[in-house]
This record gives sequence, C-alpha cells and structure tokens, in this order.
Amino acid sequence: MSATPQTPTVLTVEPLLQAAPRTPLQNVLRRLVRHRSAQVGMVILGFLILVAVFAPVLAPYDPVKVLKDVKTRLPPCIHLLGCPADQPEHFFGIDGNRRDLLSRIIYGSRLSLEIGVATVSFAIVVGAALGAVAGYAGGWVDNVIMRLMDVLLAFPSLLLSIAIVAVLGPGLINALLAIAFVSIPVYARIVRASVLQVKEQDFVAASRALGASALGILVTHVLPNALTPLIVQGTLGIASAILDAAALSFLGLGAPPPTPEWGLMLGEERNSVFNAPHLVFLPGIAIMLTVLAFNLIGDGLRDALDPRLSQSGAKQH
Amino acid sequence: MSQFFVRRLILLLPVLLGITFITFSLARLIPGDPCFAILGEKATPEQCQAFRERQGLNDPIPVQFTHYLGNILEGNFGKSLKDSRLVTDIMLERLPMTLEVTAGAMLFSTTFGILLGLISAVRRNSAVDVITMMGANVGVSMPVFWLGLVLAYVFALTLKGTPLWIPPSGRLSSGLTLAPLAQTYHLENLQGPALALVTFFSNMVTFNALVSGRGDVLRDALWHLILPCVAVGTIPLSIIARMTRSSLLEVLGLDYIRTARAKGLLERTVIFKHAMSNAMLPIVTVIGLSFGGLMSGAVLTETVFALPGVGTQLISAILSRDYSVVQAFTVVIALMFVLVNLLVDFSYAFLDPRIRLQ
Repeated sequence: MSATPQTPTVLTVEPLLQAAPRTPLQNVLRRLVRHRSAQVGMVILGFLILVAVFAPVLAPYDPVKVLKDVKTRLPPCIHLLGCPADQPEHFFGIDGNRRDLLSRIIYGSRLSLEIGVATVSFAIVVGAALGAVAGYAGGWVDNVIMRLMDVLLAFPSLLLSIAIVAVLGPGLINALLAIAFVSIPVYARIVRASVLQVKEQDFVAASRALGASALGILVTHVLPNALTPLIVQGTLGIASAILDAAALSFLGLGAPPPTPEWGLMLGEERNSVFNAPHLVFLPGIAIMLTVLAFNLIGDGLRDALDPRLSQSGAKQH
Repeated sequence: MSQFFVRRLILLLPVLLGITFITFSLARLIPGDPCFAILGEKATPEQCQAFRERQGLNDPIPVQFTHYLGNILEGNFGKSLKDSRLVTDIMLERLPMTLEVTAGAMLFSTTFGILLGLISAVRRNSAVDVITMMGANVGVSMPVFWLGLVLAYVFALTLKGTPLWIPPSGRLSSGLTLAPLAQTYHLENLQGPALALVTFFSNMVTFNALVSGRGDVLRDALWHLILPCVAVGTIPLSIIARMTRSSLLEVLGLDYIRTARAKGLLERTVIFKHAMSNAMLPIVTVIGLSFGGLMSGAVLTETVFALPGVGTQLISAILSRDYSVVQAFTVVIALMFVLVNLLVDFSYAFLDPRIRLQ
C-alpha cells in the first residue's frame, strides 16, 4: 500500500453567532426602556415635549390675549360632545380674564419644561463646582463648603425659596434663582462623594505624576464617576423644581400675570373652585402629569443604573 | 450612649449658628432703607440717623449679629413693620395653628403610609401592591395646594348635605368660641415666658378645647382639620409608603426571616416582631425628613383653607416687605426642622442597639 498524502480533514466550526457584547450605556438604555414605570414616564414626557415644541400650532389662541364676546369662567365647550353650536368652542373653557385655558395650558408646558431644566442645570453646575472643590481641596475648604451646604439643607427647601424671594422680590427669574440656589447642596454632596471615592486611587496619582492639572483630573476621572447619581438626582430635581415654581407662582411670588404658568393659573382661580372647577382641576392635572413623568423616569434611571443590576447583567454575557 | 447624644448636640451648634446667620443676612440683603419702611417716605435724614442708632444699624456687622443672636435667645424678634406688634406675639398666635396641621398631617401620613407600605410588601406584586404603588407615585407628584382645592371641592361642595360633608375653610364653625386658657384657669397674673407658654397652648385650639373640657369645640376643631391634614399629609404618606415597602422587602429577603418562618412562627410575628424593627430605621429617617415638607405643605395649604397660621402671615409679610416677620418665621421653622432631625437621630439609638453600643 502506498501512503498517499491525505488532506487532513479540517473540521471548521462556524463561530456561533455572537452578538457583540453590549456597552454599559446600551445595557442601561435597554434596562430603562424595559422598565415599566419609566415607559409610562417617557410616553408622558414625549407627549409633553411635542406639545411644548408645537405649542404655536396646537394652541387655538394667543395665551395672553383677552378674548372678546365671551363671558368669564365659561365651562369647557366641545361641540362634538354636545355643547350647543352657537356657543364658541373652547375645549378647556375660559378663565377669569377671558383667556382660552387650553392655549394657556399648552404654552404653560413650555414654561414648565424650561423652568425645570434651567433650575436644575444651574444647580448642577454650581453644585458640582462646589462639591469638586470641597472634595479635591479637602481640609478647611471642604469643611467650610460642606458646613454651608448643611446649613442650607437645614431649611425646608420651599420655605428657604420663599425667604430668598422675599429678599429678591417676586418675579419668575427671582423664583427660579431661589429654587436653583436651594437645590445646590444636593448636587454638591453627590460630586464631593465621587471626588472622595476617586481621588486617592492609583490612576489619579499617576495622572498627577504625569502633570495633569487638578481641573483635568476632575473632568476626566471624577465627573464621569458622578454622572450616574447626578443624572438620577437631576431628573428627580426637575420634578421638584416644577412643583416649587408652581407653588411660588400660586402664592404670587413667582411668575407675574399674564404669564401662562400653571401654578399662577391655580393661584388666580383658587376662589373659583366651587363655581368654575375646571379652572383649578385642569392646570393641576397638567402639573401632576409633568411631575409624574419626571418622577417615573427618575425611578427608572435609578433602577437601570443600579450597579447591582449591571453586575448581574454582565454575568449573563 | 450619652456620648452619642452629646456629640450630636455639639455638631448641631454650627448648623444653628449658620441658620441664624443666613436669616440675619437675608434681612440685611432686602433692598431699600429700613428707615423709610418703618418711619415712612417723609422721614428726615436726622430721624433716619436716630432710628439707625436706636436699632443698632450703624454698628459693625459682627456686633449687629451678636445682638441679633442674643435677641433670638431671649425670644425677642422685634416688631412688625406693618402694624408695630411684637413679632413674638404674632408668632404665638400663628404658630400653634400650623403645628396642629403639621402634627395632624404627620399622624395621618405616618399611620397610613406605614400601613399601606406594609400591606404592599407583604402582598408583593398583588393588585393591592400595584395600586398602592401607582397611587404613591401619583401622590408624590401632586401639588399640595391643588390637592387641597380638589378635596375642598369634593367634600365641601359635591358631598354637601351628606354626612361626609367637611367644612372647607376656617378654624371653627361660626358661633363657637373658646376662652383663652389664662382666663379658664385664672392665670391672668402670669408674665414673661410662662405667659408666652400659656398663650401658645391657648392658641392651639385642639389642646385648649381638650383641657378646657369643651368637647363640642374639640370635635369641631378636629373636623375642620381633616381636609388640611389630608391634603398636607398625602405627599409624605406616598413617600413613607414607598420607603416602608422597599425597606421591608429588603429585610424580608434576609436569612434570619427565612429561619423564623422555618421555625414555624406565625407570619404576623415574623413581620411585626422580627422584620419591622429592622426595617424601621430608613422609615424613621424618611418620616423625619418629611417634616420639612409637612411644614412647607402647611404653609401652602393654609392659604387654600383660610387658616390663621404661619403660611398666611408669611405670605402677607413678604408682599408687604415686613422683613422682621419673614426673618423670625424663617428662623423658627428652620430651628424646628433641625430639632426634628435631631430627634430622628436620637431615635436611631433606640431602634438600633448597635448604635447605642458604639
């Protein structure tokens, strides 16, 4: 028998179709999107953003325009639902100053979103700066800053906002400044905690040895660590900022008339609750839905960003 | 354990100092000359100079702050710019009302919050749990002043003429009066702090009615408190319910609970004797923290229900730039908030033996 060279049989196994491992961000988004409460919150928020963006198209009237030929505090009139055709159609009725309530509520969504995002952004920037300085510098600087934060946290937040507005004078900008100022300590504490966690680690010492500046280290190493709790707290902070702004306007300390601010609408019509309840119920429902959306999303983010869930998720891969 | 208490009290001092400094600064930051605010726009420069000397406004800031601190410790908050009444007298009139609403709301929120949270945890993922937690999410999102208006509409208008009708405003029904405690107990000769204390409790209508034996006034006062307390307490109830549920679920998942069940203990023994005691710490924290929200809610709700409390006075003072009233009420409320948080800290030592033994 002659030995014939045989081509070795090579058994090639097609690599199993393996999905590329998900990045941490993808995992978080996946968990967030699957979170039932967050789904509800995102739907509501999505609707709200659409209403705010397309307010000039959706609102049938100018929100501050006083309408002629209508009585004050008319109830909702929808012709499709049986309201007589000779009456002017106003889906949410007319307020005490003869303005269309639906238009005011639509434009109010813009203002509420602006209020929430603006106050929280300001508070995060200032709070993060203070927390970073306190945590990185340490010593008496840390003590002074954190004791000041403790004192601010010692006040009930709305009451401190009211006291600050008493100093600055009533008005929307002053109310927003007051709310933002009162929110600073929460974010300062979050960033300080992150700084303390990270600053003694070897890679930070290595960065310092390589000549990285304190600012560079804070931005490159510290802030990414603080991002998760900042995002969660920020989302929940938007909810409470909207509530506080509505409360200040309700008391006459926030947005001045005729601004279409939901809290102001409630404040102006509080005495009409018995004879024109729609003027009280509808703006309040708008506030509640907006705040609920941010609260649900905040809860969903907190669960999605939970490190315990991310560890168990990693094990599955 | 006494070291624990002493350390907590010592740590409180810089916070108290900070609170008084912030309220002192807030008043000095208000634009405008206080001389014109008190003496009127036609005050002459000589009158203003004499006024500033009398009020110590020409002294250096540290001296002014020291005087301010001393006055607070004596309970002297100056006079209202609006009607020249002593701010202390205004506070003794108004604070009891707010404290009644706050206490009632706290009782409501704690009782029902813990109960609902417990039921939700024990019957996890049941219909009761889902509805309770959805309700809690909605409850946390409601503006308290709006809830007050809605409750007033439902119970004062929709249910009018039924046994469920509840009055929407005021402290007592018209026609009902209550004598001050000093008069009832012939204490007219009291002066100083003793008189202040008697006046304070006298203005707490429920307490006054109780000790004066006026059951009719007590029932009416409690009836008028239902709507404000439910409105103010709903948000903290939602927070407490959520915290109770999550805290209890965490504890119920621990090994020692499994052991207790394996030993054949009744489920209620497992929950109330073994689980709840360990679950209480975070719940107590949340209850303490919610006090600030309750005070804020009371301030807002008083304007809805026309109650003569701190809220209506504070708003009126802000709008009329009566900064001595604003300053006084802010510092007193902040001090109460700090005191409640201190009591919460102290309660940890009772709830957790490990803290006692440290």
